[in-house]
Amino acid sequence: MAPLRWFARIVDIPLRAWQRMTGQGGMIALFLLPNMAIFSVFVLIPLGMNALYSTTGGVEFFLADRPYIGTAHYQRLMDCGNYLEPRSCRDDMFWIAVWNTARFVVLQVGLMTLAAMITALILNRAIPGKAFWRAVFFFPVLLSPVVVGLIWKWILQRQGLANLGMVELGLEPVNWLIDRFWAFAAAVGVSVWAHMGFYTLILLAGLQAIPRDLYEAAEMDGTPPFRVFYRITLPLLMPNLLVVLVLSLIRAVQIFDEAYVLTGGGPGTSTMFMTQYIYEQGFANLLRNPGLAAAASILMALVLVVLTLMQLWLSRRAGRS
Amino acid sequence: MRWLVARRGRTGDGRGWHWTDIATWIWLIGGTILMFGPAIWLVLSSFKTPAGLAEFPPTLLPYTQQVVDMNGDEKPLFSVTLPDGSVRTMAELRRVGIVAQMVDPDAPDAEPVRVNIDERTPIRELRFATENYTEPFVHFDFLLFLRNSVFVTVMATIITLLTNSMAAFALSKYDFRGRNAVMLLIIATLMVPLSVILVPLYSVVSATGLMNTLWGVILPTVATPTGVFLLRQYMLTIPDELLDAARMDHASEWQIYWRIVLPLAAPALAVLAIFSVVWRWNDFLWPLVVLSRKELYTLQIGLNTYAGELNVQWHYILAMTVVAMIPVVLVFVFLQRFITAGIAGTGLK
Repeated sequence: MAPLRWFARIVDIPLRAWQRMTGQGGMIALFLLPNMAIFSVFVLIPLGMNALYSTTGGVEFFLADRPYIGTAHYQRLMDCGNYLEPRSCRDDMFWIAVWNTARFVVLQVGLMTLAAMITALILNRAIPGKAFWRAVFFFPVLLSPVVVGLIWKWILQRQGLANLGMVELGLEPVNWLIDRFWAFAAAVGVSVWAHMGFYTLILLAGLQAIPRDLYEAAEMDGTPPFRVFYRITLPLLMPNLLVVLVLSLIRAVQIFDEAYVLTGGGPGTSTMFMTQYIYEQGFANLLRNPGLAAAASILMALVLVVLTLMQLWLSRRAGRS
Repeated sequence: MRWLVARRGRTGDGRGWHWTDIATWIWLIGGTILMFGPAIWLVLSSFKTPAGLAEFPPTLLPYTQQVVDMNGDEKPLFSVTLPDGSVRTMAELRRVGIVAQMVDPDAPDAEPVRVNIDERTPIRELRFATENYTEPFVHFDFLLFLRNSVFVTVMATIITLLTNSMAAFALSKYDFRGRNAVMLLIIATLMVPLSVILVPLYSVVSATGLMNTLWGVILPTVATPTGVFLLRQYMLTIPDELLDAARMDHASEWQIYWRIVLPLAAPALAVLAIFSVVWRWNDFLWPLVVLSRKELYTLQIGLNTYAGELNVQWHYILAMTVVAMIPVVLVFVFLQRFITAGIAGTGLK
């Protein structure tokens, strides 16, 4: 730790001089400066610039080289005969991505919340080795999306472990990542696997905050367990459950990494999600169109803003009660 | 063994199994297999040879067929059932259709015996193909990727801790005009995901000349609102009287931050450090956008590129995936309690 001490001592000399010159106000500015400067340059300014990008055309990234084209990108994205039918849209890929994402969000959040809920309820019981079981379900949360994607790609490939299981059960092997239906199901399942532990912990924390004596009282009254769950557990867990729902919705809308590594958006367009659409429009396509990518990301941001406001409102309400 | 069958603990008698106890254990044991199984399968598979990987049905442990050296050629060994019913160990010279020409490895010059391939089974031994791990270091830029990843992770974490804690200190220990505005700004951007600002961020990074540098990966990620928020909440609990006492002793504001507040905020700093390491080590989308020169790839990007390019070379990919997993597994093993407490308490991720 000696180098750290030296660092602090050397830095202290000019800072002391600065403090004498400017007083406390100057010091506050100095403490805020590094973080706020980086934050402004890499978060706030890009956030503002996004709007400019979405209203300019061309393939250039330098804003001054980009001609203003107004709302043309938004018009292109929203130009649809029937919004439920991507093929009737001018930018069919965008709508394929939108509907894939919507389907993914509903399925993934639903399944994951259910699984996390059951796991949390089980971990809240009087079982030996609680810390171990909690760790078991949390483990995949720390893995990188690339590792998660590759592990499951390896298991789900034609001659993989999953198909060995199918054969052992006397079923036909499945082309997990080649069949459109199964590839989408795999993206949902793998995502549930990777993130469930995180939400289990939040729910578990909520369960453990429920006072024990409520259950004891219910037991004295001989209330059936199902009713106990509906009347005590569920209402008292509601704030945590809502936070879990909103947080996982926000995350699911942005699905990219695991699915991209697992399926690359395929087969065909069956696992093409919105973030991948933005990434490919902006950077990966030969005919890249940063303006269109920015417009799509603003549309996605609108959804996320609504969800975030919900989250803030919910956590404030939970904080008050 | 009583703890093994300890049950709900709420019921009066405390004896006998309720159906929910059985369901609990099925869920827990099934969950363990489902959660750990894939990772263990990955590790076991990473020690197999290409031939072992291509096998179906796959074996649990990495077995390879034994070979014998015959006049400079390696020939596979089989256990052969000869027409007279005797079983012998023989080496395969060549195979034509369903007929194999086998010879006794101890008498290599003898006339080869023709055997139907159904009449023989390969002789196999347990062997860990460690070359899956060592060869990528030589043949590919694996070491380079590893170094890039370590550099990004360490640098980003140090800068994150320093700048976030300075900002959190200012926002928690001083009362100044505009403090609430700054806090509001930070909370408002807590949820701004990278995917929303991908395009403008790319142009900012290229305008600052950071494109295709590791600093271009590091800098946009370090001013995390989450970190500032977490540290500020923690620093609010440090009593102001401590700071005032230090000021009486003529400590400078920097000394107060460095010598008093930082050590006291160590638990919160530790949580943020762990998360910063995990986040940065696992980053994928942003490095994918910034880095287009192969010698700058981080492990995650390199791994994904390999998986696309060398689709047949699963033995290398699996081994490199295991290496990419190691730091996170270490964090998990040693700091698991700490992390889970941090998440349950703050909802941080």
